[in-house]
Amino acid sequence: MNQETVKRDRPWLMRTYSGHSSAKASNELYRVNLSKGQTGLSVAFDLPTQTGYDSDHPLARGEVGKVGVPIDHIGDMEALFDQIPLGQMNTSMTINATAPWLLALYVAVAERQGVDPAQLQGTTQNDVLKEYLSRGTYIFPPEPSVRLTTDLIAYTVENIPKWNPTNICSYHLQEAGATPTQELAYALSTAIAILDAVKASGQIPQERFQDVVGRISFFVNAGIRFVEETCKLRAFNRMWDAMAEQRYGVADPKKRRFRYGVQVNSLGLTESQPENNVQRIVLEMLAVTLSKNTRARAIQLPAWNEALGLPRPWDQQWALRMQQVLALETDLLEYGDLLDGSPVIEAKVQELIAGAEAEMARVADQGGMVQAIESGYVKRELVQSHTLRMRNIESGELKIVGVNCFEQTAESPLTAGTDSGIMKVDVQAEHDQIAGLQAFRAARDQQAVDKALMQLQEAAAGGGNIMPSSIECARAGVTTGEWSEVLREVFGEYRAPTGIDISMAGQTDSAAMDAVRAQVRSTGEELGRPLRLLIGKPGLDGHSNGAEQIAVKGRDAGFEIVYEGIRLTPAQIARAAQEEGVHLIGLSVLSGSHLELVEDIHAELEKIGAGAIPLVIGGIIPEDDARKLKAQGVQAVFTPKDVDMNAIMTTMVGVIRSANGLEA
Amino acid sequence: MPANLQPPDPEQLAMAVRGGERAALAAALNLLDDKRPASRSSAIALMTELQTGQAAKNSRLIGITGPPGAGKSSLTAALISVWRQRGLSIGVLAVDPSSPISGGALLGDRLRMKTSSEDDAVFVRSLACRGQFGGLSAEVWPMSLVMLAAFDITLIETVGVGQREIDVADMCDTTCYVAQPGSGDSVQFLKAGILEVPHILVVNKEDMGAVARRTLSELGAAMSREHSEGNWTVPVLSASATNGSGIEALADVMEQHHKVLREQGLIKQRRQHYQGKWILKRLRDEFGSNGLTRLGGTDSILDQLQAHSSTLFEHYEALRQRLL
Ligand code: B12
Ligand SMILES: Nc1nc2c(ncn2[C@@H]2O[C@H](COP(=O)(O)OP(=O)(O)OP(=O)(O)O)[C@@H](O)[C@H]2O)c(=O)[nH]1
Ligand SMILES: [Mg+2]
Repeated sequence: MNQETVKRDRPWLMRTYSGHSSAKASNELYRVNLSKGQTGLSVAFDLPTQTGYDSDHPLARGEVGKVGVPIDHIGDMEALFDQIPLGQMNTSMTINATAPWLLALYVAVAERQGVDPAQLQGTTQNDVLKEYLSRGTYIFPPEPSVRLTTDLIAYTVENIPKWNPTNICSYHLQEAGATPTQELAYALSTAIAILDAVKASGQIPQERFQDVVGRISFFVNAGIRFVEETCKLRAFNRMWDAMAEQRYGVADPKKRRFRYGVQVNSLGLTESQPENNVQRIVLEMLAVTLSKNTRARAIQLPAWNEALGLPRPWDQQWALRMQQVLALETDLLEYGDLLDGSPVIEAKVQELIAGAEAEMARVADQGGMVQAIESGYVKRELVQSHTLRMRNIESGELKIVGVNCFEQTAESPLTAGTDSGIMKVDVQAEHDQIAGLQAFRAARDQQAVDKALMQLQEAAAGGGNIMPSSIECARAGVTTGEWSEVLREVFGEYRAPTGIDISMAGQTDSAAMDAVRAQVRSTGEELGRPLRLLIGKPGLDGHSNGAEQIAVKGRDAGFEIVYEGIRLTPAQIARAAQEEGVHLIGLSVLSGSHLELVEDIHAELEKIGAGAIPLVIGGIIPEDDARKLKAQGVQAVFTPKDVDMNAIMTTMVGVIRSANGLEA
Repeated sequence: MPANLQPPDPEQLAMAVRGGERAALAAALNLLDDKRPASRSSAIALMTELQTGQAAKNSRLIGITGPPGAGKSSLTAALISVWRQRGLSIGVLAVDPSSPISGGALLGDRLRMKTSSEDDAVFVRSLACRGQFGGLSAEVWPMSLVMLAAFDITLIETVGVGQREIDVADMCDTTCYVAQPGSGDSVQFLKAGILEVPHILVVNKEDMGAVARRTLSELGAAMSREHSEGNWTVPVLSASATNGSGIEALADVMEQHHKVLREQGLIKQRRQHYQGKWILKRLRDEFGSNGLTRLGGTDSILDQLQAHSSTLFEHYEALRQRLL
């Protein structure tokens, strides 16, 4: 048959989640990516931008331009989209607590490019509820956060009709350990919380409410159990359609469609034998493309070196090529739905729906998603699921090739290069960004800034929609930190439940665990009191999985654990360690700022006379850096390949013993 | 050699504790937790040092108790900020449950109490209850001596209480019970006579609205308002740690109760009474009722302790030695 005559579906949007160092460097990267056939942009912001701090704020030290692009003001945003016509671009921004602000900057840049904001297309992630559960870049308490979310939704439905104002995210829940049922239940419960809030805000007339529902899109995960994952998406499809119709009275079936983008699972990507990640990524992509009726709208894939560090342009290109091969070389897009009518698939879908509905009912009984988050319930459920997953990996029940089976490997040429196979962000970038920010501040019209901030304050405190005054702030040259500070003053800040206070039920005890407990107990006896461990998450890093798992395991091993959640300053960690009289500090840092943070914590400990407390660290720590940290006095460094948690506990006991002069 | 291999000198340590030196406070609390024989004798010496100096400082010992999740830690945080505005310094001892299987614990109260990290006038030490002492842990009382010597207010948060864990009321000058809106428990406890003990009742989470108001009125009605100690009418308050409402009033009432106790000279009496009880309890835990009998029985021990009140802890150690 002639190729030309076959009718093929249009492929999904292909994106690469990227951004680093500076707006200028990221802009160059975006333009190269677009020229390689990428069809949309997906912006990664750095952590200060996501948590509302300017690049020169003390908390931003070591984080500027590391895991994304720093955006301090309209000048940065303009540079980010230089020569990229916003009228034709579809831009996805992974931005949450500061979403109204980044959208305001985007609108202001469009104006400067002469583009009518009403034409803009793209997505603001704008789902703060999952930030409390997994992603960690929340700022304000849940109530004002939901209000900001609804303000943005109401504003775009009226003024930027093609914008996707929120991406309800189940992606991050799976990355924090969620099962498919939990992903379904918590994402849909979040959608209910948000839609109910939009309705209650009275900003959208009743007859237009179906436009709101029609603009809601989702961001989901696809794990390695790809058959079940396909079924999960079919379940999503059906449950969302039913909810839109029954709960929100949306008559138009088009406005009830489950529209979603995907990033495939990264939690299961390994540091050991990282080349195997390529197979995993491709199989996971099948889950969200196989079935035509539930195919993803947009896909972004992680790279083979996900667990090693940030991807280089070549690594990202490889990931993009995986999508292109599937869409363009295979015959996937030539057929109707492949799975409709399969009784096996149907049974699994039914099972998932039943499980999700039961869990949604439990959430509703507690008053809804916001309440179930505030009480710690949902977070505990997630930590419990993740603990189970970790135990199954440890016991070998859950097989991970190259990690707990077939560990032997020939040497990999992929990681043999001089750059260790990952991208290194230029250390000069932070310095340059700060200099640029300070020059920008000096040159702007301060009166206009003050006036805009005053209006913002009035809108925040008074309850008017936050968007118009935010856009005015963007035009006037307000900075990210200033915008956020005004809202911090009005709304206050928040610390989310850690979820580690889970029960011991279902615990599988092993001889190895007993041996660890005996070590912990006897060392405690030798030192006169039970061993105490402080687990610290310094800096802006929100990756809490590792810290949570170490905390739960540590408690089970007999440690008394102090863990106060994410985003602490070095000073807070040092003081807590002293006040609590701990035998050991264990840091967890995955954001890449470990060198700066460890240096600061050492200094703080010395300053308060607690320099004798030994320190270990875990996270994404390249080998070179591990060596540097050890030279700085860090006693042990753990990375994702250390999946034997009993061994980690034993090492920690050993560190405590040697710090206290006990023999090994 | 690491500094913590040798117990610190008790006299110097006590002085530094009184001066509010944070490193010394931490070391003193560690020492009182330490079961090694050499540490034990320094700990006894430290407690004696602190005891003799205690009367000088007009410090207050406050207990906060109530069911799990009622908001004890959150209220503590809210109280801390009110007290800080009033210029008072605060030491907190927060007790969390231990795992009966591993002995490990997650010390979670601190998370809610995080105030300012730069404030030297606030010091929080968490403790695992380690399976003992009715909602407290055996170390709480000795540690409270350290806190009392250093801070204007020492606050003790118990683990979420079940029913019989009322030790804190014996130990503290003022005990505040935090009730959870909508839970019938508090009213039940009251009827069973358990809530006779606290000096102050507060229904937290008044921001929850009707359900909090209902609990407030139920408690108000069920409560015999005259405290058994006399001269004190138990106030039933409403507050919200989240909104900060009712916290000033709670702090005021705590201060009033302190005044009443002080005017009647009850503080010293209460604290001395508890010392004896604590020692008895420790002896019983360590040696069983048999041990107490061998020492001549409860009354005789209490008499002996009374007679040795200036060297109380040495005497306690001597009693232990007789049984060891
Ligand atoms: C899961 C995950 C997430 C989840 C986090 C969920 C959560 N609540 O933790 C989500 C989806 C939210 C997320 C978001 C982001 N992520 Co992410 N994420 C990961 C991923 C895939 C796995 C990390 C993980 O949880 N592993 C499971 C746990 C159990 O393992 P672990 O933490 O490594 O811990 C083990 C050891 O390291 C050690 N350990 C760790 N800590 C400690 C502490 C002590 C005391 C001890 C003894 C041991 C120890 O013991 C553990 C047992 O094995 C990694 C890549 C990877 N595969 O490793 C990227 C990764 C860490 N993420 C990355 C980035 C950039 C981000 C973002 C910043 C992106 C952005 N620009 O917005 C965001 C924002 C997050 C934030 N607020 O900081 C980068 C970091 C790059 C770098 N360091 O150079 C990575 C490496 C991916 C990549 N290659 O780009 N992420
Ligand atoms: N709505 C509302 N919630 C509150 C209030 N105070 C505390 N909470 C919430 O109640 C939960 C428990 O609060 P904590 O302060 O940890 O309670 P606790 O009594 O110390 O708990 P345990 O120490 O575990 O027994 C948390 O989710 C708090 O956010 C309040 O005034 N109003
Ligand atoms: Mg508490």
